[in-house]
Amino acid sequence: MDLYEYQAKDLFAQHGVPTQSGEVVHTPQHAKEAAERIGGLVVVKAQVKVGGRGKAGGVKLAKTPQEAYDVAHDILGLDIKGHIVHQVLVNPAADIAEEYYVSYLLDRANRTFLAMASKEGGMEIEQLAVERPEALAKVAVDAVVGVDRAKAEEICDAAGFDDSVREQIILVLEKLWDVFVKSDATLVEVNPLVKTLTGEVVALDGKVSLDENADFRHPEYEALADFTETDPLELKAKEKNLNYVKLSGSVGIIGNGAGLVMSTLDVVAYAGEEFGGQKPANFLDIGGGASAQVMADGLEIILGDSEVKSVLVNVFGGITACDAVANGIVQALQMLADKGEPVTKPLVVRLDGNNADLGRQILHDAGNPLVELVDTMDGAARRVAELAAQGA
Amino acid sequence: MAIFLTEDSKILVQGITGSEGTKHTIRMLSSHANIVAGVTPGKGGQTVTAEGRDIPVFGSCQEAVAATGADVSVVFVPPRFAKAAVVEAVDAAIPLVVVITEGIPVHDTAAFYQYAADSGTTRIIGPNCPGLISPGKSNAGIIPGTITKTGRIGLVSKSGTLTYQMMYELRDLGFSSAVGIGGDPVIGTTHIDCLAAFEADAETDAIVMIGEIGGDAEERAAAYIKDHVTKPVVGYVAGFTAPEGKTMGHAGAIVSGSSGTAQAKKEALEAVGVKVGKTPSETARLMREIIEAK
Repeated sequence: MDLYEYQAKDLFAQHGVPTQSGEVVHTPQHAKEAAERIGGLVVVKAQVKVGGRGKAGGVKLAKTPQEAYDVAHDILGLDIKGHIVHQVLVNPAADIAEEYYVSYLLDRANRTFLAMASKEGGMEIEQLAVERPEALAKVAVDAVVGVDRAKAEEICDAAGFDDSVREQIILVLEKLWDVFVKSDATLVEVNPLVKTLTGEVVALDGKVSLDENADFRHPEYEALADFTETDPLELKAKEKNLNYVKLSGSVGIIGNGAGLVMSTLDVVAYAGEEFGGQKPANFLDIGGGASAQVMADGLEIILGDSEVKSVLVNVFGGITACDAVANGIVQALQMLADKGEPVTKPLVVRLDGNNADLGRQILHDAGNPLVELVDTMDGAARRVAELAAQGA
Repeated sequence: MAIFLTEDSKILVQGITGSEGTKHTIRMLSSHANIVAGVTPGKGGQTVTAEGRDIPVFGSCQEAVAATGADVSVVFVPPRFAKAAVVEAVDAAIPLVVVITEGIPVHDTAAFYQYAADSGTTRIIGPNCPGLISPGKSNAGIIPGTITKTGRIGLVSKSGTLTYQMMYELRDLGFSSAVGIGGDPVIGTTHIDCLAAFEADAETDAIVMIGEIGGDAEERAAAYIKDHVTKPVVGYVAGFTAPEGKTMGHAGAIVSGSSGTAQAKKEALEAVGVKVGKTPSETARLMREIIEAK
């Protein structure tokens, strides 16, 4: 879960990382009022979970409250790389002397954490890493030991911060590590971390990603979650605890196991090339159990997508036997019919593995004309793409 | 020989008294696993009866190892207790710890991985994995034991169901070992570790490697294959159609910006001479051709 800048800065403040206090507002009028309260030069910043806000016109200075109104009016509603701006952060403008960069992140390749720091902040860090890699210090952090004073000094010195800010940077690095660990973050990034004209080091921006696997020990995550940008079908799937990702094609997909479902999407997309470019409409992993209820919930979500013209159920019976899956499908279709939402799109089912013959027999005996059995994954993908093309 | 797990492996199950632990203990026993002990804190002294065997339950790994000589642990404990369970297994110096649990916070995994690495005694497989099987010899995890038989293909995969699918497609040829390394961003055993073990294993002739979007493990495996693997390798990568920035089921399966794409992984593997199948069936066919040409 990615946080908005203002949420990240709230977390920074809670853990003692020096940052600015500002106000989040949703209307130009409120931006004006916030600017009045703050006084002086303010900066109005689009709150969207995507980089490159400045270039897109999402960050603007305002000398007066009326100007704050005007720039907020311009920024609210902007589309920044597909993210619509619904709120802006009004911050006092800082007198910037120098811009730096610091972050902690998960280093998958080395299976540990990584600190990155640079005296040259402000620009896109990916760009800096490519153009001037020597200017970006990377220091591995042991996941057991963490960042103590000595480690913070090491990071600070690797980046070559000078004495005028050294103590302050070390403190920021220690506090930021608290944010990283205590919030179960996979990324905390400050870009820019600035030195002001009066010599103070302040986090002017913040990016934080939290690990949703850790939500059981973070009741505060719930209040940070924001679903205004989430697809409505994904939201509905989340409520039903389904692992669903909305895509933009015409073939609904249900499968078991993340890898098999990803593979199914690919195989359907290949097969779809033959039929006018039919593509998968979603990712949905119903996991091991595949009970009638889960199958019914899954079908309901998928068929709630008006783009869907046909559905592929691709299950490999490993732990779950295919006869149980077949019964689940039959009962799910009945449940939806009983609810007055009968399935009207063709369903291609491919069952393989444990008790596959039995499962196919059950579906065959149920005799639902919309359900078609195909033995192989490639064959099923081809057929479901063909049906989608016919239904289009 | 097989890799990591043989007929001599003595397995203990952490979380044996939980529903998943008990269910899979029975399944493992029916596919040649020698399960010698269970561990559930506070339940030492009980026994779990499965497949006609009475398996003693101990309150700690230390006690279980002292009493039974267990050298593999399979962890089924819930996410919030997983770190403590793995640390306990490492402290008991168990050489192989297979973490099946899904949903462990990555800070916990990074910590227990580091802890195990520092110990110098324990290899971790997983978390969020189906475990590993050496068909006909032993089974540590949740891979169904009935899909295939003993053979000479080695398999390493991030995905459970794709592991099963591949074993099924090549069931007549059989496998030396199949290792599900897991779909989390931090995992204890990588493709490279398995490739190295299969390369050294006299009972493995060829290797299937299954990857998916996210991270650069496949790219690094490709570089490793180039310099260190002489046995034929066939690859498969899932997730060509995955959109950027979306987690596809596995916590680690995410394309970030332009990194972690299936296309880049496929190209890296093909550049070192690995044949990469477009679908699981085609991948199986490529492997079949290699084995049958021998």
